[in-house]
Amino acid sequence: MKTFPIGGVHPSDNKEWSCNKSIEVLELPDVVNIPLAQHIGAPATAKVAKGDKVLTGQLIAEATGFMSANIHSPISGTVTAVDMQPNGQGMRQMMITIKREGDEWMPEIDRSSEIKRQCSLESAEIISKIKQAGIVGMGGATFPTHVKLSIPDGCKAEYLIINGVECEPYLTSDYRTMLERGEELLVGVEILKKALNVEKAIVGVENNKPDAIALLRKIVKEKNFAVVIEPLKVQYPQGGEKQLIAAVTGREVPPPPGLPIHVGAVVCNASTTLAVYEAVQKNKPLIERVVTITGKQLKEPRNLLTRMGTPIATLVEKAGGLPEGDVKVVNGGPMMGRAMVNIDSPVTKGCSGVTVYSGSEVYRMEPSACIKCAKCIEACPMALEPYLISKLAKKQMWDRLEEEHITDCIECGCCQFTCPAGIALLDYVRLGKQTVMGIIRARAAANAPKK
Amino acid sequence: MANKFIVATAPHMHSPFSTQKLMRDVLIALIPAFALSILVCGLDALRVTAIAVASCVLVEYLIQKFLFGGKQTVSNLSAVVTGVLLAFNLPANIAWWIVVIGAVVAIGVAKMTFGGLGRNPFNPALVGRVFLLIAYPAQMTSFPAPIYPDYVDAFAGATPLAALKAHAIEVGDANLLNMFAGVMPGSMGEIAAAALLAGGIYMIWRKVITWHIPVAVLGSMAVFAFVVAMVQGGVSPLLYELPVFHLLAGGAMLGAIFMATDYVTSPMTSKGMIIYGVGIGVITMIIRQWGAYPEGMSFAILLMNAVAPLINKYVKPRRFGMASKK
Repeated sequence: MKTFPIGGVHPSDNKEWSCNKSIEVLELPDVVNIPLAQHIGAPATAKVAKGDKVLTGQLIAEATGFMSANIHSPISGTVTAVDMQPNGQGMRQMMITIKREGDEWMPEIDRSSEIKRQCSLESAEIISKIKQAGIVGMGGATFPTHVKLSIPDGCKAEYLIINGVECEPYLTSDYRTMLERGEELLVGVEILKKALNVEKAIVGVENNKPDAIALLRKIVKEKNFAVVIEPLKVQYPQGGEKQLIAAVTGREVPPPPGLPIHVGAVVCNASTTLAVYEAVQKNKPLIERVVTITGKQLKEPRNLLTRMGTPIATLVEKAGGLPEGDVKVVNGGPMMGRAMVNIDSPVTKGCSGVTVYSGSEVYRMEPSACIKCAKCIEACPMALEPYLISKLAKKQMWDRLEEEHITDCIECGCCQFTCPAGIALLDYVRLGKQTVMGIIRARAAANAPKK
Repeated sequence: MANKFIVATAPHMHSPFSTQKLMRDVLIALIPAFALSILVCGLDALRVTAIAVASCVLVEYLIQKFLFGGKQTVSNLSAVVTGVLLAFNLPANIAWWIVVIGAVVAIGVAKMTFGGLGRNPFNPALVGRVFLLIAYPAQMTSFPAPIYPDYVDAFAGATPLAALKAHAIEVGDANLLNMFAGVMPGSMGEIAAAALLAGGIYMIWRKVITWHIPVAVLGSMAVFAFVVAMVQGGVSPLLYELPVFHLLAGGAMLGAIFMATDYVTSPMTSKGMIIYGVGIGVITMIIRQWGAYPEGMSFAILLMNAVAPLINKYVKPRRFGMASKK
């Protein structure tokens, strides 16, 4: 079975809590908060003001430049504020607050469940529709999809790879989407193929989801889709973009500033592909997504089709509330998710799940001396030396860090996961990486020709 | 809500590994060899091991308590591992006070002087053993005859390697099967090749160690011996007897599987581990073949320990994306 070439770890996948729960539609929230920055790139520019009436699916904030994304209202009602609000980490950021009145959709949105396969649009038209709909990578990276689909000059896309790996433990939103919306997803793949003008499309699925693989293969065969379903070895981080490309094509994306397109690959997450289908065929912007709310101690883990801007606390309540005592609520999964202090913060485009931990699991291991066991090196999928770069970062030796390729780090967490001494390797590596990237950017700016 | 929200950066999950669990697995891997040493050397093996472990743990405890301060580290079991490995490098009939001196040198000098676990450049148990070998050569090289079973003294009380060095035996005289089963004179832990191999396989299975170092050490020794045999006798039974003899004799198995793989003193990358392992194998064979000592495993490992930081500096993994693909 195919897998990526270097490193990796095998965390217990903990998907059993939510994997058999069908997607349920969460009741509409009474109030939503919509951050203007919920994608990589420039925050969107608000197009509504306090007191404005909006419909479900109406554009409320416009992309600021190319590297940005549109944002649409997930409900209908009245804008009550465009103001700074605390996000999940308690940091204040600009959000549009809307109070719900009914659920009245924009008239052009097709809300029927009929599957529309025929698509007569040209590549540029498809990309433009995707940009209109404000679609970004829904696996967590939130990279604007229209940017990914706009192939730079001199590059050629050969492979479209759909990321249905979902290697992050606990999360099951992509899995449920593939199981319940398989055919629509595959139409999405066809549309993306057309947008990119590529022949080869491969859906990579980790082999712990055999039913999803079987189902997709069945649909491909019965409905005649030109798409390959590729089972991949269960190994974290199989769904890392560079790892997935290497597993599927055998090609390694060169270190930064190397991009997937430099090896002819474009990767798109499974849920994002479904959103592409809905945007292009149904005129539906990205206003809702499947969010897994899960945790060992939760009474009722679920997969909820949630409107953007819904408070995460609503999902937690729906899952039976928080367990007693100290808890850790993470936006995302355990390997790369971000711990939250404010669960009244909203669900955003990149929120594929919320995982809740309690008891001893919420605390880090007490760190002890590095015993040089080399497990971090063995685990690193980028073949870095985490023990070394974390030490160099601690000592602020930025030049050495650049030589040791710290900017290659994808922050997957394998090193810290595996460290028997419980050292917070990634904390220092992240710090070092950010500083070194800053230095590289400053150097590039200084060397750039003056205008 | 009375919940307290705990915040930390990702990852929020940890593997089941911990230093203590890894050390516990090393101790489990040492059980077969320990059992065999009791079988072959009698209860003396138990006595020496108990003294070595107790003194290693005590020395670390006292230094941590009175010199370093801070949190006690003995619970990570590394001192226990050092104690067992030190004992395995001693003859079973050695005087108790020599064991204690060995423990003081191993933990006190070789480990704690540098700041404790993770910081020592040399393998503590081996520093202890080599110190004793130089300070008490007579006691360190007189081995009791195995008490089990119907032992025929082919080597006249000397280890197979010492007998070979003194030209008292030919390689062809050695009963390789007995050597494999541990029925020969020698340090109590090093005689049981079969048991040590079982421990090694257990450690690889449990992902405590990788195969690189043991295979590189034993493989390079075998190749070296094969070449020597080829030069000495051309095509003869020696071609397989000599390599097998060298792998089973002396500290080859103990060294390759348990001493050379010590985390702290071995290189970090798999390429580095292979260079280090080959270095150990070659130096060991050079000492065995042409040196004054019959056995060179301890010296070879200590020498390569000294080279390990240099290997770490120059031998880097092949980074992802650096292989130019079409």
